[in-house]
Parts: sequence; structure tokens; C-alpha cells
Amino acid sequence: MDKDRGYWKENINLIVKCLFIWFLSSYVFSIILVDQLNEIRLGGYKLGFWFAQQGSIYVFVILIFYYAFKMGEIDQRYRPSNK
Amino acid sequence: MSLQALTFIIVGITFAIYIGIAFWARARTTDEFYVAGGDIHPVANGMATAADWMSAASFISMAGMIAFLGYGGSVFLMGWTGGYVLLALLLAPYLRKHGSFTVPEFISDRYYSKTARVVAVVCLIIASVTYVIGQMKGIGVAFSRFLEVDYDQGLMVGMGIVFIYAVMGGMKGITYTQIAQYVIMIIAYTIPAIFISFMLTGNPIPQIGLGGTMEDGSYLLDKLDEIVTELGFKEYTTNKRLSLFNMFFYTLSLMIGTAGLPHVIMRFFTVPSVKAARLSAGWALVFIAVLYTTAPAVAAMARLNLMTTIDQPTKENNIAYSDRPSWFRNWEKTGLLQFEDKNEDGLIDYTGSSNNEMVKVDRDIMVLANPEIAGLPNWVIALVAAGGLAAALSTAAGLLLAISSSISHDLLKGVFKPEISEQDELRASRVAMAASIAVAGYFGFNPPDFAAGTVALAFGLAASSIFPALMMGIFSRTINKEGAIAGMLAGIGVTLLYVFQHKGIMFIQSTAFLGDMEPNWFFGIEPNAFGAVGAVVNFVVAYLVSKKTPEIPSDVKEMVERIRLP
Repeated sequence: MDKDRGYWKENINLIVKCLFIWFLSSYVFSIILVDQLNEIRLGGYKLGFWFAQQGSIYVFVILIFYYAFKMGEIDQRYRPSNK
Repeated sequence: MSLQALTFIIVGITFAIYIGIAFWARARTTDEFYVAGGDIHPVANGMATAADWMSAASFISMAGMIAFLGYGGSVFLMGWTGGYVLLALLLAPYLRKHGSFTVPEFISDRYYSKTARVVAVVCLIIASVTYVIGQMKGIGVAFSRFLEVDYDQGLMVGMGIVFIYAVMGGMKGITYTQIAQYVIMIIAYTIPAIFISFMLTGNPIPQIGLGGTMEDGSYLLDKLDEIVTELGFKEYTTNKRLSLFNMFFYTLSLMIGTAGLPHVIMRFFTVPSVKAARLSAGWALVFIAVLYTTAPAVAAMARLNLMTTIDQPTKENNIAYSDRPSWFRNWEKTGLLQFEDKNEDGLIDYTGSSNNEMVKVDRDIMVLANPEIAGLPNWVIALVAAGGLAAALSTAAGLLLAISSSISHDLLKGVFKPEISEQDELRASRVAMAASIAVAGYFGFNPPDFAAGTVALAFGLAASSIFPALMMGIFSRTINKEGAIAGMLAGIGVTLLYVFQHKGIMFIQSTAFLGDMEPNWFFGIEPNAFGAVGAVVNFVVAYLVSKKTPEIPSDVKEMVERIRLP
């Protein structure tokens, strides 16, 4: 039981961490702070515009794989037999 | 060969490929039918999910919306991809662990109630039918162009084809066919983008070309900003959709809706393990991202080409209406592109001011017209047509199957008439399917918005009803059946009320008692974006009602514990 609780706690921590980055790239960089970030250029892109139309999508893809990878590790640690 | 003949041939070939693969796969896997879901690799499953997911809204409509909204169109890009993060982290692994086959089934188990199941089915049907209306708009646009008839006739033909397609069982459920559809769609989408990116910036990768420089050394996006502002339109890269606040809610609504739509969630019920459920969502997003990161380039470049082809910042260079290019003539036949010579000088004035003579430029034509405007070879134009049709038909057929099976399986067999015979169940599902096509087609003649906008409404409805119920079902041990039912009803009720009061009851505009205008909007949030508010209402109501009503039974608590472990 304690073990299960520990597992769930680690999972929640990881989810919160990932959703923080998810929120940062899409809502903060692409919407809330877009005007400020647009002052910075990335080649022909304004940075805020780039996050909104390109960057956040890349971040989303990386996040899901990162979560799957990390959860695989946590699974291993708590239930190594359960393949 | 004429463009129309070439289009028929390419569309015909692609359909022959899908049908051929369907037969081949069916023959090969009959024996292992029941384990077929078990040995599909997450990469293959991801690709099939991507094909299922990308509809007329993504393929035909989205880039056109972005072309005219500029930065404001980002809500679609982020909203329809960011939802996969929620799906992978918050829902997919646990729903897979629970092992039900449909979303209402999970809800009825978790909330130990048939009423909850009925409510979930009704919410799903409302959201899915709205979604199909959006597809119908895209189908109407595509068919009107290929048959060179007006939009209404094109829609009529399209409805007939969707019906045949869906009743035949579509080409659904067969992963290999969906993989073929994905490949055709992505080729059809990226080839013109690569051509045009290379022509404009010298860089064949659209994602880089969009940030690249043009022949005269200036950045493409800067050039676009300059041209549109000179013609009196808003600056492309900074044009906000109403307000940042509205964009925040719009994006959130689409993201939550993505994670709440039944035909996407269902794909994760059949993967072999919890681990595979997490990975499949990632692979699906990789394949979706290929199209979604190309779309902004298609949008900006299409807008640039459109502007420079039919109007020039300097008055002397305006082209004469009698010299209009052939793509212009072709699209005029559909009624989706209209010119009116207001000052009777015979020249085309396309501006953001009241002198604008392009009285109608339907945004949904942009992706299909884009290769013609750029003067690409006919086979590319025909290929885009085939891709657009694949996207619209596959998603429409998939949704119709989901609707009809939830009526016949979840409602009739699951709740009201458990003793129904298999034949009657099948008959009921056919009737339900025909009825949904008729309803969606009817609204398709008078759609509430562009295809992507209509689909956004559907996402709002799913966001406000299904997602919160699923999420609380997994992450809370205290939300009970009373809470969940009240929450779903309140969420979808508030959202529907808001949409109807601004867009008209059942989308009939004359019945919109508050009018579709900004001053009447709640904190300036447009109806398409209201699903996020509905979701908040759902969470709050569910929490409050659960506090005041009996606790959930201990066996359900144990079930929640169980699905949390891999």
C-alpha cells in the first residue's frame, strides 16, 4: 500500500512538472508574454510568434516522450517484475 | 489533360489503394482478429490515430484561417496539438488500464450509474454531430471545386458519398488503411508547401522557409506584414484574435476538447499496454506535428501569393478583372470567391477598407486554391484534392460510426433495451447514421462558422462535458455519481446556452437573442472559446454536489486505486 502511494506520488510530481512546461511554452510564451518576446528575433521569426506557431508544438512532442520515458523508469523501480 | 480529369484519376487511384489495402488486411488478419489490436506497434498506431484525427478542419480549413488571422490563428495550432499532452499524461494510460471499450462505459463503471452513462452518451452525440457539421462544410467546399458547381450542389453530392462510405463500414478500424490515408494526406499537404517555400525563399523546408528571406533579401514575414498593412489589413505576425484573454481561453478549450473527444480516446483502449498507451499518444503527435508545423508556412505563403497576385500595394499595378487568372475564375463558379466592381474601374481592389471589392473570399478555399495560385503543375493540385477528400471523408465516417454505435450499443443495448436482437441493433445504428448525416448536412448548408470554427465549437462541447468527468474519475476518489452527472449537465448546458444565445438556437442565426457581437460576450470570450469556461463550471459543480451527497462506495474507491497502477 505504501509502495503504491509512493508510486502515485512520484507520478503526480512528474505530471505537475510536465504540465508546468506545457503551460509555460503555450500560454505564457505564446500568449501572455507574446508582445514582449516579439522584441526578440529568431531569423525571420519574431520569438513570440515562433513559439505560438512552431515552438510549442515541438515542446509538446518532447514532453510526451519525456513523460513516457520517465514513467518507464518509475514503473521499473516500483514493479520490476511487471513487464 | 484537363485539371478536372486529372483530379478524378488521382482521387480514384488513392481510393483504390485504400480499398485494396482494406481487403488485403482483412484477408490477412481474420484469424487473428481478436488479437489484432494487440500487436500493432505504437508507431503504426500513432500514424493511424493521426489520420483519424486530422479532418477537413486540419487539412482544408486551418491554414486558410491562419492565412487571414495571422498570429490569432495560433489558437488552432496549439489547441489541437497541446491536447495530446493532456491525453498522454492525464487520461490514456488509466483508461487503458481500466479496459473498457467506450467512453460512456468507463463513465458508467466509475460513477456506478446508468444515468451517468446516458448523460455521457448525449454529450458525446451533441459534440460529435457538431463536429460532423464542420466536416460537411469542408466536404462541400472540396466537391464544389472539383465538380465546378456551386457550394450547395457540391455539399449534396458530398453527403451522398459520405453516407455510402460510412454505411460500407468506411475504411475504419483497419489500421493499415489509415496508415495509407495518412501517407497520402501528408504527401498532398507537404509537396505544395515544399514547392512554394522553395520558390519564395530558396529553402525547401517550409518550417525554415517561413523564417527565411526572399529574393530581395527581406524576411518573408516582414514582407508579408508590410504588404498587408499597406493594403489596410492588420499586421500578420501580431494580429490578435480579439484579445490575448480570448486567445488563452480559445486555446484551452481546444486542448481540453481534444482530450475529451471519443473517437480519439477510443484509440487508446486497444493498445497492448499502459506503456504503449503513453507512447502511442507521443507518436500520434509526431505525425500530427508534421502537418501542424507546415500549416503556418502554407498559411503565410498562401496569403502572400494571394495578395501579390490579385492586388498590388501601388494602384497602377492592380490587375484588371477581365485579366483575372484561371484559378480565380474556377473558384468564382463555387460562389466562395466573389468580386464586385464597386468603383467600376474594371480593376480589382483588394483592401482592408470599405473600398474592398473582393466581397467574398471564403477562408476554407485557401489550402485547395493555394497550389493553383502559386502556379504549380496540375498533378500537385489534383493531389491536394485527393488529400483533402481523404481527410474529410475518413473523419466524417469515423465520427458517424461513433455516433451510431453509441446510440445502438450504449443507449439501446446498454440501457433501454438490453434484450434487443443483433439485427435490430444494426438496423438502429444505420438509421442513426442516416439521421446524423441529414442533420449535419442540413446545418452544412448554413454552417455557423468556417469549417475550423465549427469544429472548434464541437471541441468546446466535449471540453465542457467529457474531459472533466474522465479526469475527476481518475484523479479524485471523492467525486460521486451525483457530482459527475450534475457537472456534465452544468458544463455542457452553460456552453450550449452561451453558443446558442450568440450563434442562434440550433445555429439558426435569426434566433440569436444576444447577437454574435463582442460587447455581449462574457469577458470578451467568443462562443467558440467558451468550452474552457464550461469545463471550469463542470469541475466546480461536480465538487460542490459531491460534498453534499453520499460518499462513493468502497468498491469504486478500490477500482480507482487499481487504475492508477500500471
